Amino acid sequence: MTINIILLIAMTIATLWTVMGRSLLKATLGLAVTSVVISVLMFRLDSPMAAVFELSVCAGLITIIFVSAISLVKPLTHKEAIVVSKDRMKRFRYLPLLVILFGVIAGFFGIPNDFKPIYVALANDVRTVLWSLRQFDMFGQIVIIIAGALGVVVLFREKEKR
Amino acid sequence: MPSLLVLIPLFGIILLNLPFRRLNEKYVFWFAVFLLSVQILFTISHHSLFWQQGMGYIDSFFKVDFAIDSLSFIMLLCIAIVSMVSLSVSRYTIPDPRERFKFINLLMIAAIGMNGIVITKDLFSLYVFLEITALSSVVLIAFQKDMNALEGAFKYLILSSIATIMMLFSIALILLVSPGTSFAVIAAALKESPNSAVIIFAMGIFICGLFIKGGLVPFHGWLPDAYTAAPSAVSILLAGIVTKVCGIYTAIRVIAFVFGFNEVIKSLFMFIGLFSILIGALAALGQKDLKRLLAYSSISQVGYIILGFGTGTALGMAGAVFHIFNHAVFKSLLFVNAAAVEKRIGSSDLDRMGGLSYRMPITGSTSVIGVLSTCGIPPLAGFWSKLVIIIALWQSGHYMYGTIAVLASILTLAYLLLMQRKAFFGKLPKELENLKDLKEVGPEFTLPSIILAMITISVGVFFPFVFDKFVVPIKSIFMQ
Repeated sequence: MTINIILLIAMTIATLWTVMGRSLLKATLGLAVTSVVISVLMFRLDSPMAAVFELSVCAGLITIIFVSAISLVKPLTHKEAIVVSKDRMKRFRYLPLLVILFGVIAGFFGIPNDFKPIYVALANDVRTVLWSLRQFDMFGQIVIIIAGALGVVVLFREKEKR
Repeated sequence: MPSLLVLIPLFGIILLNLPFRRLNEKYVFWFAVFLLSVQILFTISHHSLFWQQGMGYIDSFFKVDFAIDSLSFIMLLCIAIVSMVSLSVSRYTIPDPRERFKFINLLMIAAIGMNGIVITKDLFSLYVFLEITALSSVVLIAFQKDMNALEGAFKYLILSSIATIMMLFSIALILLVSPGTSFAVIAAALKESPNSAVIIFAMGIFICGLFIKGGLVPFHGWLPDAYTAAPSAVSILLAGIVTKVCGIYTAIRVIAFVFGFNEVIKSLFMFIGLFSILIGALAALGQKDLKRLLAYSSISQVGYIILGFGTGTALGMAGAVFHIFNHAVFKSLLFVNAAAVEKRIGSSDLDRMGGLSYRMPITGSTSVIGVLSTCGIPPLAGFWSKLVIIIALWQSGHYMYGTIAVLASILTLAYLLLMQRKAFFGKLPKELENLKDLKEVGPEFTLPSIILAMITISVGVFFPFVFDKFVVPIKSIFMQ
């Protein structure tokens, strides 16, 4: 229990750092750290396959894609970075307080136990779920990837010409 | 074989993007026209073998139940009609064949997403197809890549992401009590925990997400910017069908078949509906941009749909679905005409327009039909759907809502007649008199306008037939 709370606090700090940090690269690292902590939490919640997906895709692959994209962007000068940083701090200064307040309220009241919970037996392997039970969603995922690829072609091709 | 509605367009897109790209750029338009025409034909003939589930290997591969009822047929018909109109307009507004090729690919992906939303009976699949539609819509809004388009797309992206996160969170909470995500399983599970605060919270955030997607007041911030900044062909698609399928149809399907009605949900829907009618109409009154005015008008008209649905009676819900169809038709008509005007005078500023009917008689006269139908003037289609909604409000004892809804029609009449007078009636301004090209754009615009105007007139004139064939079957599925 204590470890879970420490992990949740670590995750919150990492997400706040992602949102409030002035550098895009640091924000990406903050996001990667968030994903790593989520993966550990998933392992602790007996969901090893979900944890592996989170670790490999969100913490690994997506971080690499973000870093590659950021490397193509002109970095801010020191002065600009200070201005951006001040603006961020001004805009999001209440965010940590809100997060702490929400945490305290949620911890104090807890989740109301007024429903009939379902305990799903872990009989189905993730492969069975994906390929034998949720084919329609897998098909949807294929369409999303194609839409994303088309989006990149439509939105970024002309910039090359310019 | 309803799964073919999503499979064939996808395989078509993949094949068209692989070999012979140059050749495919020529034929992609006709391929899309063919697919959408087939969809229109099959939805009109609902007794065909196509709709029999389990036909062949493909449906059994997916192992899911598809929603094949009057409600789905009407939505699939709207999707095909509006997509076809958008396709036709794009033929003129996007002249570069390469750009048009990309546009049609994205349009077909949006159609796959919307068809998927309509035929699925699973809450998680619904979320997946909502994402497909949202992603393709974002790219379509930003298609022109100028600052306004990117701003409109960014607003839509952020608000749409918030909506989908809310829905995903809601599904996660629902899985606390439900062993699966299919509509029937969730509906049965929710009955076991009827007054749970967690489940009520889950339902609440799901509905909020849908309101954002549907652009209802107070979640409408993205809508006028997106409609105005998007290319004309995309505005038609967004106003005509995307918000209706993603927000309104989904709300109707999920509330009526999964969450169930209670007094709180009814009051919430009716209040949001009435609020949208009034705020949309009042905001439209002050607009000087034609597309922006039509965007606010859409918010107001969607309010009528939500108000009718909020009655919770079978007649009210059937009236709401009927108004979805009518609104898809007459709002697409008005957006096609706005696109034609924008193409010819190079702006959608109402102050720069006037007397356009003299030079663009088909656009002017079809616009009158669209305006009168939106205002609910008999015998046009819009009159009947609003009448059904008002009767449902009266029968369910909501006299105040009914009275305000009728009075709000006067506001609708005011802003639309103002628009019609400024744009099409009166004298042609001097700066426009010298425009040599000020004439009808071409069959890509006039043909859809005439067809949509004819649908509006025919649905109104042959209302008894439409009532028996479309409204009564929809009413009967809600009565079950």
